[in-house]
Amino acid sequence: MKLIGMVCAMILAGTAAARALPEAVASYGPSDAARQLLVRGTTDIARFAAVMQLFASRTGGVRIDYEQWGSNDLFEVTMAECRAGGQSADMVISSAVDLQLKLANDGCAKAHRSVATASLPQVANWRDEVFGITRELAVIVYNRRLLSDAEVPRSRFDLIDLLRPEDSRLRGRVATYDIEASGLGYLFAFADAQQATTFGSLIEAFGRSGAIATCCSAEIIDGVANGTYLIAYNVLASYALARAEENPDIVAVAPHDYTLVLSRAALMPRHGAEPELAGAFLDFMLSEGGRAALNSSHLIVRTDDAAPAALRLPETPETSFRPIALTPSLLVGLDQHKRREFVALWRSTFPHDGGGEAPLE
Amino acid sequence: MKTRARHGARRSGSVSFRLGVALVLVLAIGGVAVSLAAYAYGRSAARQSYDRLLVGAANQIAASLGLRDGEVIVDIPVSAFELLSLAPRDRVVYAVFDDRGQLVTGYDGVARPEGDGGFSSGSFAGEPARYVHVRRQIAERSFLGAVDVVVGQTTEARRELAQQITRNALLAVAMVGLVISGLAVLAVTSALRPLRRLEHDFALRSSRDLTPVDVEVPQEIASLVAALNRFIGRIDRQLRVMRTLIADASHQLRTPIAALRAQAELARETDDSKEQLRIVERIHERSRNLSRLTDQLLNHAMIIHRADSVDLAPVDLRVVASEAVAQFDQTLPGAERTVRMDLPEAPMVCDGDALSLIEACKNLINNANTYGQPPITVFVREEGATLCIGVRDRGEGLAEEMWGDAGKRFARRSGVSSASAGLGLSIVSAVAQAHGGRMAIRRPDAGRFEVFLELPKVREAEA
Repeated sequence: MKLIGMVCAMILAGTAAARALPEAVASYGPSDAARQLLVRGTTDIARFAAVMQLFASRTGGVRIDYEQWGSNDLFEVTMAECRAGGQSADMVISSAVDLQLKLANDGCAKAHRSVATASLPQVANWRDEVFGITRELAVIVYNRRLLSDAEVPRSRFDLIDLLRPEDSRLRGRVATYDIEASGLGYLFAFADAQQATTFGSLIEAFGRSGAIATCCSAEIIDGVANGTYLIAYNVLASYALARAEENPDIVAVAPHDYTLVLSRAALMPRHGAEPELAGAFLDFMLSEGGRAALNSSHLIVRTDDAAPAALRLPETPETSFRPIALTPSLLVGLDQHKRREFVALWRSTFPHDGGGEAPLE
Repeated sequence: MKTRARHGARRSGSVSFRLGVALVLVLAIGGVAVSLAAYAYGRSAARQSYDRLLVGAANQIAASLGLRDGEVIVDIPVSAFELLSLAPRDRVVYAVFDDRGQLVTGYDGVARPEGDGGFSSGSFAGEPARYVHVRRQIAERSFLGAVDVVVGQTTEARRELAQQITRNALLAVAMVGLVISGLAVLAVTSALRPLRRLEHDFALRSSRDLTPVDVEVPQEIASLVAALNRFIGRIDRQLRVMRTLIADASHQLRTPIAALRAQAELARETDDSKEQLRIVERIHERSRNLSRLTDQLLNHAMIIHRADSVDLAPVDLRVVASEAVAQFDQTLPGAERTVRMDLPEAPMVCDGDALSLIEACKNLINNANTYGQPPITVFVREEGATLCIGVRDRGEGLAEEMWGDAGKRFARRSGVSSASAGLGLSIVSAVAQAHGGRMAIRRPDAGRFEVFLELPKVREAEA
């Protein structure tokens, strides 16, 4: 039992000690609106503001309160509200789709059926309870000032080859998510482990070359921008592309061996007070207008001819893309033993505890 | 009651309606039975297929069990859950328990099952769910005991598959029902068509047309048509007998009655009492002949009528013979010429109408008495498959060239004789035909003449 407690504590990321609070809050629409929609998400407010703004302005008399949370805290608070059965958010949107799927699996989500949800592909709709609303790539990010075109890794094999030499100048200057601190990092690493055997060689190469495991997309991209890191691995393209708008040196590479595609998952908690409004918001996000707004925030990335200039796509993008499907298979990664073993493997690769400061989230 | 009287037939509902009701009943009962069977089958098929996925996933998890420092380590393969994801909308729950019943990993809400394994039903997250329990025995130095793996899944996909199977089966049943109904309508219409043809035939018939119905009909109502034809034939024959009787009577009776009248008028105008007496004697003679002629005409009509209307029953021809002789003797009281009988010991039984046979026999005796030479013998004998009853005398008999026409009416003379109307042999012939036999004439040797009926013997089994 003690063991299980420890594992749980790891999942909960220390929420037992301090009461979890949102990282940031924002409101859209008139403050005295008759109806309020409480949306909680892991998406940065800056990225998600456009779509909420648009919805609030199109739907009269509605105010959207948005709370930005860390993915594990968001799961905890949502699960706690589901168990308690009292007040709860009206919509929860998280990039940790495995946790979202677990919420739905455990009966914490309300079904919503509409023309928009019916047209979603099967991988982006589970039980009409969890919906994939975005399209984001897991990319390799580099700084074009610091890395010559010849050096740029276009696949994981390239990256492994780059890290192999003892005197590689990438030593200690490759960063990736700390999977213990970041739900998304864990999800990506676990999906990598499912996809190919390269994952073993990759983390071994990371370990030998002293790669940095750290937290949070923003910090990692900052590091690439200021030259602390030459390469960041498995970063969400949405953040990288947003930064590239300000800093044209930032370039995102979708690896051609395979590129994970994440669809941020939205669900309506069972005890939400405004299910109809939440459903309307969901349908809006899936509509043309909503998708255009998400696209402008890089949450839906286009990989056709209109792809952003800062995104380097493989030659045949569609065969390289591996969508992370919303199926119960995601629950495997959340299994206590599975997670403990996987984290143990990770730790043995990064013996020096990341290398940066202790992560905040 | 009025309808009945008017149509002259009792109506017991429409055949089409009754067939329709029967068909609807059969289809309804069949449909319900097939639906129930299909639902039961669909449920068990869905249960079996998804149970296999469930147990497959549980086995994969059980196979992934390992030990480290005496502790059970579970390394759940993703493929196990991909297997479960084949039910795309169903929730999944699982738990692994060690030998002390402690949860190793998985959902803590799952009850640790009793027993060595198997399926059970329960619920998860407010929905009905199916659980499988797989037990793996581990015998290592550091761990000796059983590890229980429980995997559960909600039952939405099962319900859907069961409904789909049922739906498809019902669709098939509905199609078959439609086809059967269509075929039944065709079959009923085509089965009733001969009856319509029959109706049409009768409607078009003139009131005097008593010919047999000649309409193409299937085997099933052929017997009905045959009975109808027999009925029509009987009416036809009886009408013909009636017509013959009237024609014969008018033709045969007019002359003797006219003669009688002439004699009577003669007698009235004669004063000579001797002459009157002679005329009266002649009147008496003629009226006796007339009475015999009338008898024969009526007998002939009666025989032919009886042939159609009386059921044949086993008759012993010896009895017929003796009865005929007895009746003949009565008509000639004090006759010096008695009739002999030649009868076998054993009964000679054939199917027949005793009255007609006696009449025929009497006619033969009469003929022999009138035209033949004594002694007259009535005989009954067996000839192979036929029985013969007839009369033999010592006279010349009929000339051989007249034998062929002997059975026809008034063959001997066109007019009427003083003694016979010439109907005797034609009555005999008609009786023989009514019994399925024939009249035969034979001259076994000179000075012997036989006229007899050949009748089919009753078969032993039926006798």
